[in-house]
Amino acid sequence: MPTFWKSPRITALILLASFALVPLACSPGGGPSSGNGVTKLQGAGATFPNPLYQKWVSEYGKLHPGVQIDYQSIGSGGGIKQIQEQTVDFGASDAPMKDEELKAAPGELLHIPTVLGAVVVTYNVASIAQPLHFSPEVVADIFLGKIKKWDDAKIKQDNPGVSLPAADITTVHRSEASGTTFVFTDYLSKVSPEWKEKVGTDKSPKWPGGQGGKGNEGVTGQIKNQPNTIGYVELAYAVQNKMPAALIKNANGKFVEPSIDAVTAAAASASTQTPDDLRVSITNSPGENAYPISSYTYVLAYKDQKHADKGKALVEFLWWGIHDGEQFAKELQYAPLPAEIVKRAEAKINSITSGGKPLR
Amino acid sequence: MDEAIGQRPPRNNTFSDLQRALSPTGNTGDAIFRLFLLGAASLVLLIVVAMILALAYESRLSISQFGLRFLSGTNWDPVKGDFGALAFVYGTVVSSLIALLIAVPLSLGIAIFLVEQAPRQLARPLAFVVELLAAIPSVVYGLWGIFVLAPFLRVHVEPPLQRWFGWLPLFTGSITGIGLLTGGIILAIMVTPIISAVVRDVLTAVPGSQREAALALGATKWETTRVVLVNGAPGIAGAVILGLGRAIGETMAVTMVIGNRAQISASLFEPSYTIASVLANEFTEASQDLYLSSLVELGLILFFVTFVVNAIARILVWNVTRKTSGVGGAA
Repeated sequence: MPTFWKSPRITALILLASFALVPLACSPGGGPSSGNGVTKLQGAGATFPNPLYQKWVSEYGKLHPGVQIDYQSIGSGGGIKQIQEQTVDFGASDAPMKDEELKAAPGELLHIPTVLGAVVVTYNVASIAQPLHFSPEVVADIFLGKIKKWDDAKIKQDNPGVSLPAADITTVHRSEASGTTFVFTDYLSKVSPEWKEKVGTDKSPKWPGGQGGKGNEGVTGQIKNQPNTIGYVELAYAVQNKMPAALIKNANGKFVEPSIDAVTAAAASASTQTPDDLRVSITNSPGENAYPISSYTYVLAYKDQKHADKGKALVEFLWWGIHDGEQFAKELQYAPLPAEIVKRAEAKINSITSGGKPLR
Repeated sequence: MDEAIGQRPPRNNTFSDLQRALSPTGNTGDAIFRLFLLGAASLVLLIVVAMILALAYESRLSISQFGLRFLSGTNWDPVKGDFGALAFVYGTVVSSLIALLIAVPLSLGIAIFLVEQAPRQLARPLAFVVELLAAIPSVVYGLWGIFVLAPFLRVHVEPPLQRWFGWLPLFTGSITGIGLLTGGIILAIMVTPIISAVVRDVLTAVPGSQREAALALGATKWETTRVVLVNGAPGIAGAVILGLGRAIGETMAVTMVIGNRAQISASLFEPSYTIASVLANEFTEASQDLYLSSLVELGLILFFVTFVVNAIARILVWNVTRKTSGVGGAA
């Protein structure tokens, strides 16, 4: 090192380089906080809530021109990695972070739920007018490959009077790692001990059989174009593409149609068991009208914000999101948070500080 | 050529050995040019070596954990942390093989027609369309594969195959339109324009005198074409290897129609998986170190698969051209 500094040429180079950086540091976004009154926030993570977050960013930007927010949908895994490495101001993930992931972060991370989503079981069986009904164990057995034919006695039992073909069932799952798969396998692990033991909960587990389709559109394409298939997609995707959606028997024994209200109901009835840090799986939650394959999606933020002005902007944005922002949820096919959870999310947002001072 | 340069007298007699090594003609411009070319060529080697080293380093965890079992294992279970590559290697090699089996005769046919047979007014637009096909993004091929090709194969191709050749294990199993065969066919469609475009250039480069000589000796059109093909054999081999490279590395289109299941099945109707596809599908969300390391090791294996398949292809082609050029010499 000392000889390094003695070289006049290198010193000159470093000086030159630092001069070159000065204008960069002054331009918006270059520094931690920037000049001319614009605060920039950078977020990254889950793809599932991306349409909603983009809407939030554009609506919030109209109301607060001084705050510029950029959200990149790079996947939940990427969102977790980026917030751990502090390269973004907020992360986003569909599945709550695991304990060891939280430990790997340099500070305390908060989970702030924003909206809810659901996974729909969809299928392609010719000549069926009414939607099919499935018990949880039937869904698990179909994806385990134990129920092989559409006219299996167990499927018939849930669908009396429906004429089902004597055809082989082909299952279709997501081929790439996805939060949708995580929610679906989390549900199956809860309702089927055999699924839990053989396959487990993961974003890309080892499937016992069937085909993989790339993305929601790939799964949809494979189901629409192959008779006698069954698969799962996001609720929003199923609604927009007018796909048949199965009614699933919930923990109370009632067959529930996937809908935005049924998803919010699942979150509301699970709220008593929701832990203090709001990291919770609400699949198979009790409640008369609860749709059982539902889940939260979260924004991840540090409890202690390094820069007060950025922290302030983030807190105000999140507060706006879980209140005013929720009005955009339904039209984009997301389920808004139930009132109890909004209260608890408020408390989380209010607990964010910078240098020990509350930001809100 | 080399001798001719060697015999040319040097411009001055004072340049050093280094200069002599860099430029036999003793011209400084030539020396700089030669150095630049040497740099460009060695950069390729350097990049390959650096990539292998980086892949090997990043996959050290899975190499030490699984050893050779990684190559022979067919299980791929991120939940339980058990990884094996064989099913992916199988899917990659077989889908590329199917692609070449279909694409090579087809491409040769297209190229020969364009160069040897087609009237000029037809050859120009046809060649343009073929080259246009090569420029279509692979995701478009993939979507077309799901919505058009797979249903077509399910209804019109796979049932007759099973009816007539069902006694072969290749065509057993349930007919879904999604699987190894569909993956291979979509690859064939994707590599055909590449192979035929290069073969067309190769055949155009064969001197017209060869054709005139063959025709003058009373050869038929078919015999003349054979002479042209033999002359262009090394170039054609290069075209096939280029197509093979694209087939092995293709990701998006394949993953949309191959069914994405890591298994080895004799049936071409069953879902399969390729190395490039699993990398694209799982890399973004792989969070555990061993999982990530196993994916990187798959990348390393893809490198070697490409290497080995290329080497085999070159040896095969070399043998064929040696034999046929012997025949050509006698004729």
